[in-house]
Amino acid sequence: MTEQMTGAQALVRALENVGVDTVFGIPGGAILPAYDPLYDSQKLRHILVRHEQGAGHAAQGYAQATGRVGVCMATSGPGATNLVTPIADAYMDSVPMVAITGQVASRFIGTDAFQEADISGITLPITKHNFLVTDPRDIGRTILEAFHIAGTGRPGPVLVDVAKDAMQATFDFAWPEEMRLPGYRPVTRPHSKQVREAARMIVGAKRPVLYVGGGVIKARAAAELRVLAELTGAPVVTTLMARGAFPDSHPLHMGMPGMHGTVGAVGALQKSDLIVALGARFDDRVTGDLNSFAPHAAIVHADIDPAEISKNRQADVPIVGDAREVLADLIVAVQTEHAAGRIGDYTAWWQQLNAWKSTYALGYDTPENGELAPQYVIERLGEIVGPDALYCAGVGQHQMWASQFISYENPGQFLNSGGAGTMGYAVPAAMGAKVGAPGKTVWAIDGDGCFQMTNQELVTCAIEGIPIKVALINNGNLGMVRQWQTLFYDGRYSNTKLHSKRIPDFVKLADAYGCEGMRVESAGEVDAAIEKAMEIDDRPVVIDFVVHDDAMVWPMVAAGSSNDEIKYARDLAPKWEHED
Amino acid sequence: MSRHTLSVLVENKPGVLVRIAGLFARRGFNIDSLAVGPTEHPEISRMTIVVDVQQELPLEQVTKQLNKLINVLKIVELDPAASVQRELVLIKVTAGPDVRSQVLEVVQLFRAKVVDVAPDAVTIEATGNRDKLDALYRCLEPYGIKELVQSGAIAVGRGARSITDRSLRALESRSA
Repeated sequence: MTEQMTGAQALVRALENVGVDTVFGIPGGAILPAYDPLYDSQKLRHILVRHEQGAGHAAQGYAQATGRVGVCMATSGPGATNLVTPIADAYMDSVPMVAITGQVASRFIGTDAFQEADISGITLPITKHNFLVTDPRDIGRTILEAFHIAGTGRPGPVLVDVAKDAMQATFDFAWPEEMRLPGYRPVTRPHSKQVREAARMIVGAKRPVLYVGGGVIKARAAAELRVLAELTGAPVVTTLMARGAFPDSHPLHMGMPGMHGTVGAVGALQKSDLIVALGARFDDRVTGDLNSFAPHAAIVHADIDPAEISKNRQADVPIVGDAREVLADLIVAVQTEHAAGRIGDYTAWWQQLNAWKSTYALGYDTPENGELAPQYVIERLGEIVGPDALYCAGVGQHQMWASQFISYENPGQFLNSGGAGTMGYAVPAAMGAKVGAPGKTVWAIDGDGCFQMTNQELVTCAIEGIPIKVALINNGNLGMVRQWQTLFYDGRYSNTKLHSKRIPDFVKLADAYGCEGMRVESAGEVDAAIEKAMEIDDRPVVIDFVVHDDAMVWPMVAAGSSNDEIKYARDLAPKWEHED
Repeated sequence: MSRHTLSVLVENKPGVLVRIAGLFARRGFNIDSLAVGPTEHPEISRMTIVVDVQQELPLEQVTKQLNKLINVLKIVELDPAASVQRELVLIKVTAGPDVRSQVLEVVQLFRAKVVDVAPDAVTIEATGNRDKLDALYRCLEPYGIKELVQSGAIAVGRGARSITDRSLRALESRSA
């Protein structure tokens, strides 16, 4: 069946046909033809953002809240380049996203035309794949391929750049299209021999640990993970990208590893004799100095991306596959070992682990000058709001505290910018998450530095009826940078003071944006403000929590140091050996 | 440092070369030479990439990253002992009447060809592997090399087996 239509109509129809329901974007010259049929679409909701970066992060938030491919749209030139940051962010965190950009008409490409930018060239290193479409007949197939690539295998961002004349031309549209991707064959089924070997190592180990990364959430494998953990009795650590993949309340959970991980989780990796990495990539923020990372551990590394295996740490048992399939097979293989009487005995290991857990539990100091502790605010937020909400953090101290002091019980509950560390992620990502999961309460936990990068999307939220809530952890500084200046630059606070306790007035700002604004300056007001925010559902809420400047994130492994050098508070190193 | 020859089958599409070259640069690998051209199948191009590998960055990592490129169909590392490798070189040598016969003798010895003659210079075409062309260069150097242009290496495995068969089948199965 073919139908006469323009390339722009084909673009909108193809988006509808692949199941898109929401597009975050802003129109402009080159993408304008697409906005005309979009105006008529009954299936697509277009959310008009205030900055393209907001569209990109919103698409990420939508994708992470729904597990589906998020979509953002922008015009050529600066519209497209404003998408670069969220595209890079999605690439680092493997978020399925399709970015659609208008391009100048094909006869102008390469002439430095008005609002021309080679966005496919620019995004080459930060997309899973990208396309430049100059023929309307390629639009349908390209959209189909883009969504397939973005959402399968290791997910990631795909950019589709469409020349304006391709959108304006009329042609015979046909659907369904056939994909032509002979070079794209992601492996999802793990190799059974490798899985059996991994199972043998698990039951044979004395000090194993399950090192769980974001791949477990992407593969929707939390249930399988729990079965494996309980079957083996091995401790679990969940990375920043995997918070919620395993319940924080579970006794087998040791917390988050890495630079600001718990002593228990860092120790579990560092002192283990077997690391079973599941959808994790041995990122430098987890391993610290690679040469001294987990020196006695054998490595089982399961990942859907073969290039991650043995990239940073040589794997003894490499397993290429989807985390859910790997876990399912691993469960069966471990059961087979158990049936044959081979069961791991981790009693001594757990004595050690539990000692770390109880001795070095996460904590914080209440400021002596009576100012509000940021950790307290975040802790109370988690306790009052509970484990059914989505939490979305920016980047910096507040992000680490949000990871540490909220108990995550469900996969996909915590959204943040892990790999790229993009300040400004929280508000637009929360917006996208709320659109994707309108029944859920969505809190952005943001710093005053981050918030001032993308808070204009609160306008979008207010106008489009997207009632997110923002807990602004306002310490008036670029807090994490300041912490490094405190620790490594002799307290020389070069350009980290933002003065945002004075200017801007965030309550007035919230008001101006059509949001409910509140300010909280003392511990006694915290609960009431959060409870009030929870009752408001007809507009976004911003709570300006004015907190202590000098709070620091602990524990900490200084960048480039060995995990052995972790400090649980300034100048305080844990004693690793358990004393009976 | 070790040198490896990769044969990479790619879809014949615009921008593939920059995707591959960019990936090498981004991941910190040095391309020693690169040759690209059509194959027996119009939809497939073949690149021969000679890469210098430092110990810290194993070749495996770059081949895995290459394999992730959507337009890459297949990568094979060609063992020098089990493959034929050729480069083409054009060398413009100073060769006045007094030394021309000596230059031509070198050309004969290397089974090279003279492709252009001027009163005081000749241009020589030669093909061969890197060692042979290096030797030719050393023999001609004393006469004065005015200009040298060299292609990247191309290479093919010895024996009857073909690395394109399976990739062709993949392309054909979807058009069936």
